[in-house]
Amino acid sequence: MTATEAHFAVKYLREEALPTPFCPGCGNGIITNAFLKAVQDLGHEDLHGFAFVSGIGCGAWIPSPHFNADTLHTTHGRAIAFATGLKMARPELNVVVISGDGDLAAIGGNHLIHAARRNIDLTVICSNNYIYGMTGGQVGPTTFTGDRTSTTPYGNPERPFDLARLVAAAGANYVARWTTAHPVQMARAIRVALERKGFSFIEVLSQCPTAYGRRSRRGDAIRLMGWFKTLRVRKPDEPIHYQTPTAETLDLGVFADRNEKTFSESLAEIAAARR
Amino acid sequence: MTVVERVPTDKVVVEGMTGDAAIAHALKQCDIDVLAAYPITPQTIIVEDFQKFVANGEVKTRVIPVESEHSAMSACVGASAVGARVATATASAGLALMWEILYCAASMRMPIVLAVANRALSAPINIHNDWSDSYGARDSGFIQIYCQSCQEAYDTVIMAFKIAEDHDVLLPVMVCIDGFILSHNVERVEMLPTEAVQQFLGVRKPAIALDPDNPVTMGPLALTDYYFEFKEQQDRAMARVPEVFERVESEFEKMTGRRYGRFETYRVEDADIIIFTHSTPGGTAKAVVDALRERGEKVGVVRLRMFRPFPAEALREVLRNAKAVAVFEKCRSFGAPSNPLALEVRTALYDLDERPLVTDFVIGLGGRDVPPSTIVEGVEKTKEYLKAGRAPLYETLGVRK
Repeated sequence: MTATEAHFAVKYLREEALPTPFCPGCGNGIITNAFLKAVQDLGHEDLHGFAFVSGIGCGAWIPSPHFNADTLHTTHGRAIAFATGLKMARPELNVVVISGDGDLAAIGGNHLIHAARRNIDLTVICSNNYIYGMTGGQVGPTTFTGDRTSTTPYGNPERPFDLARLVAAAGANYVARWTTAHPVQMARAIRVALERKGFSFIEVLSQCPTAYGRRSRRGDAIRLMGWFKTLRVRKPDEPIHYQTPTAETLDLGVFADRNEKTFSESLAEIAAARR
Repeated sequence: MTVVERVPTDKVVVEGMTGDAAIAHALKQCDIDVLAAYPITPQTIIVEDFQKFVANGEVKTRVIPVESEHSAMSACVGASAVGARVATATASAGLALMWEILYCAASMRMPIVLAVANRALSAPINIHNDWSDSYGARDSGFIQIYCQSCQEAYDTVIMAFKIAEDHDVLLPVMVCIDGFILSHNVERVEMLPTEAVQQFLGVRKPAIALDPDNPVTMGPLALTDYYFEFKEQQDRAMARVPEVFERVESEFEKMTGRRYGRFETYRVEDADIIIFTHSTPGGTAKAVVDALRERGEKVGVVRLRMFRPFPAEALREVLRNAKAVAVFEKCRSFGAPSNPLALEVRTALYDLDERPLVTDFVIGLGGRDVPPSTIVEGVEKTKEYLKAGRAPLYETLGVRK
C-alpha cells in the first residue's frame, strides 16, 4: 500500500460520518475493521445486499451511521427483534446485528436466546466490554463477580453470563468468541458467520478503557488488550464444560459449529408439504 | 397525624447539588427498603449516588441492578406488595418500557415513588429534555408532580412517600425533573436532618401486605363482574389526593417553612395574559414576566406542579379573569387537536360562560433550548390573537419550518 492509497475499509464507510464518536483506545474500531475485512474477503465490493440493525449503546454505533449501507438504529435491547422482521420480509438480504453486551444480553437477552433457539438466519456480533459504557460504567450481566463499577463501588455480587456458551446452548449454528487482540481470528470467524445459514453469534471481547478499565482498575487500553492476549484458546472439538466466567479463565475459539435446520428452511418445508 | 417541629437552621445542611443528586439524597433520608433500577441517561446519577450510600453502609436499602426497566418496575411492585418502602428512577424509553407495570403498580395500589428525568422518546435517538415520556403515562394512574428546582425535587420526593403511603391514597407517585436542565445542573439545596425526615415520614404501614400468616391474592382476574369497581375505587383514591397533598404540605411547611402548592402563581392578580407551563420553563417564564412588567405589560405566570390529578377547579378560579392563557408545553400529541397540557387547561375552562382565549405553543422538543425570546414570541402572538379574537388550536415555536 502506498501512502496515497486509501484504507481498504473506507469504501464501505460514510466518510462524512467520520471520525467515529468512540473514545481513544476503544475496541470498536478494531471490530469495525475486522468486520469489513471479512466482507472484503467474501468478495463484496460494497455493502449492497446487507442490512444492519443495532440497538442502544456504544457498540450500536459501529454500523450506524458509519457503514455506507441500510442501517436501522432501534431501541434498547430490541435489535434482534427488529432484525427478525427485516429478515423475514427480505430473506435474500444479509441481515447483521452489531451491538453491545448491555443491549444484546441484558435488556435484550430474551431476544438473543430465542433467535438462537429459532435458528433464524442472522449474524449477530456482540462487542462485549463488560459494562454499560455509554451511560457511565454501570454493572451489567457480563460484569465479573467482584468488579467495581459505578453502581457496584465495592464489587459486583452477581455472576456474569458466558455469552458464547449461552448462545451455543440456546441452539445457534455457529458461535465463536475472540477479542480485539485477535483481529485476524475475529475476521475469519465473522466470515464463517456471514456464510453460515442459521443463527450465528460472534462475541468479541472489547476494551473500554473509559468506563470498564477505569472503574474496575484493569487499566488502560493496552493493559486490557494485554489481558485478552493471556486468554486460552480452545482446542478444536474440545468438549464444552460450563463454568462461571472469570477474567482469568475465559476461553476463546469456536463454541458451536453445526448446520441444523434454519427457521427459513423449516418454514419452506411446511409450505412445500401444503402444496 | 405526626407531630412535626420546625427544624432549626443550624441543623440544616446546605450543599450545591444536581437535581439527580438532590433526589438521591432525599431517597437516602426516606429510609427506603428496596430500589430496583436500570441505567438510562439522564437519570443515572440518582442510582449511582444511591449505590454509593448503600456501599458505604449509610442506608440499609437492598438495591437490585436489574436487566431492564420492565424488570425494575416489576421488582418494585413485588417489594411494595410485602409492605416495603420502594423507589426507582428512569427516563424516556425506560419509562416506556415500564408501561405495562405502571398500570399494575397503580391498580394494585402500590405507593412506589418513581423519579423521572424527563427526556424525549426515540426515534431519532435523543437524550435531551421534553415531556413526551411522562405525558404519555398520564393515564396510568400515577400521581405526577413536576419540579422547577433541585430544592423542590428534594422536598417533593420526601413528601411523595407520605402522600403515596397515606391510606386514603395508596397510589404511586412520579416526581419529574427536566432531564439535563435540572438533572445535571448544580443548585443550592437545603437538606434536612435525616431524623427529621424519618420522623416526618414514619415507617410505612401497608393497608394489605403479602404475609404467609395471612395469605391474600393480589392482582388476579376480575372480568365483567368486578373490574369496573376496581377502577371506580382507583378513581376515588385519585380524587382524594388534593386533600392529602394539602395536609402533607402543611406539615412539611411546619418543618421547613417551604410549601409549593399544586401550582404556583406569579404576578397573576391583574394579569391580562397568563403564561401557563411547568418544570424549568416556569423559571424562564417568571424572568420574562418581570421584564415585560417593567414595560408596563400585564402578564403573569401559573407554574403547574401537579399534572395528575389535574387541579382543574382551583386553576379555573385563577385563570378565569385573564384575557388569555398562553400554554407552553414540551410535547406534541400527534394528530390531536391540542396538546396534553393545553387540553387540560381548555377542559378546565370550558364550563365558564366567559372564557379566556387559550393559545398552545409546543416548545423545546428533544431539548431544543427555550430562551426567554421563545416565551416572548408566544406572548406577542397571543396579543395578536387577542386582537383578532381567535387563535390557532396550537403551533410550534423555535423550530425550522
